Amino acid sequence: MISIDDGVATVDFFGVKRLVRLDVVDAPVGPGDYVLNHVGFAIRRIPAEEIADTLALYDELLRSASDDLLAGDVRGELDATEVPR
Amino acid sequence: MNDLEALRFRDPVRARALVDALGHHVRRAARPPDRPLAVMHVCGSHEQAIARFGLRATFPEGLEVIMGPGCPVCVTDVPEVDEAVALARQGVRIATYGDMLRVPGTAQSLADARAAGAKVDVVYSVTQAVELARRLEEELVFFASEFETTAVATAAVILAGPPANFSILSAHKYIPPVMEIVAEMPGTRVEGFLAAGHAATITGWGVFTPFVARHRVPVVVAGFEPLDVLAGLVRLVELIVDGDARVDNAYPRCVDEHGNRAAQAMLWQVFEPMGGRWRGIAHVPNGNLRLRGAHARWDARRRFKIDLAALWDHAPPALVQHCQCGDIMAGISSPHACPLFGTACTPDAPVGACMVSTEGTCRIWHQYGGRPDLRPRAAGATP
Repeated sequence: MISIDDGVATVDFFGVKRLVRLDVVDAPVGPGDYVLNHVGFAIRRIPAEEIADTLALYDELLRSASDDLLAGDVRGELDATEVPR
Repeated sequence: MNDLEALRFRDPVRARALVDALGHHVRRAARPPDRPLAVMHVCGSHEQAIARFGLRATFPEGLEVIMGPGCPVCVTDVPEVDEAVALARQGVRIATYGDMLRVPGTAQSLADARAAGAKVDVVYSVTQAVELARRLEEELVFFASEFETTAVATAAVILAGPPANFSILSAHKYIPPVMEIVAEMPGTRVEGFLAAGHAATITGWGVFTPFVARHRVPVVVAGFEPLDVLAGLVRLVELIVDGDARVDNAYPRCVDEHGNRAAQAMLWQVFEPMGGRWRGIAHVPNGNLRLRGAHARWDARRRFKIDLAALWDHAPPALVQHCQCGDIMAGISSPHACPLFGTACTPDAPVGACMVSTEGTCRIWHQYGGRPDLRPRAAGATP
């Protein structure tokens, strides 16, 4: 998480900037925190020390074929947090 | 062992240890070959991980891992799709998640309706649907599918006050009640459940405590990363073999006992559980999430007169009668037992919802080679 403005966080996901709403997150969050994103909403703050395996998996998924279903879901989550035009 | 070398585990040592532990507990069960230890997961992402990472090839003989009704698109029943199609054909603009587009209704899918001129938009989030409504003068109905984790997002936008031309056609589903149905099915072989991690992020693992007390079968909450799935299965099989019916949490970095209370409060402020049919399963008491009366002004079912009769002049395609999607989701059949799988029913020309959704068992099996269990099975083989 990079910054927060009016209940919406700007997050960095492998270099891609996205907006994630904080309406339903379970704990106070701030810049530097990791959150679990679901369809554009942060649903849980995840301690930084528990994030390494998840990042490694996503890194691999994002480099995999375009028809990969798990990778597609990850890309879908990215698209769900796209900055509104 | 060779089977693990094919898997792209970041940590093969941990994977090896988990596979060995799984084998150890399954051997302790000492089941005859014709009566394997059967567990069910209720999560499309679990099946994706199992298929994508070839996990079934690592499962020991004597363990059967069945996918239950964990694909929200698949369990969305025909009448709910019909409502969306009818609204679209009445000229109302519909926005929905991409997976819902091609799910067959009685006569048409939303994709069919769009091809015939209806206004149907694909969005990745309910927030995008709200943004779309703000840019339009006309009515916009968000056809809201998926389980409670996603229903929370729908609840949040309702509570935040969407524009007046926005409304919700809710096909949201609530997972815990359908587990009751599966557990009570006559002749069910399921001895334990692997529950979906992200749903439990919202509800907490404690939501399964009454279920375990009623049915005396263990439930383990697991994440969707391959090592998480393996770790959850190890714990689940251990509990089954020990006869220890309890809820356990194999996904502690995202799940705790009580879950996200703020999200639960929003979910239940906006939605109420109602009985309804799940495609292929049954009537599920409290399985559908519908808008409460206090939020009636956002409810498309109350805002519009939805005329379904116009759809019922069309006979359903004959192939649908052979579709085994329902039995597959109930865990009593598998894609390989379906005569349509991979021939008459493919991702490009799906007959049933299980071949449409990226979380559907048939789609997943088809995507990953049609036979995710690559291990040769000798008749009568022992563990």
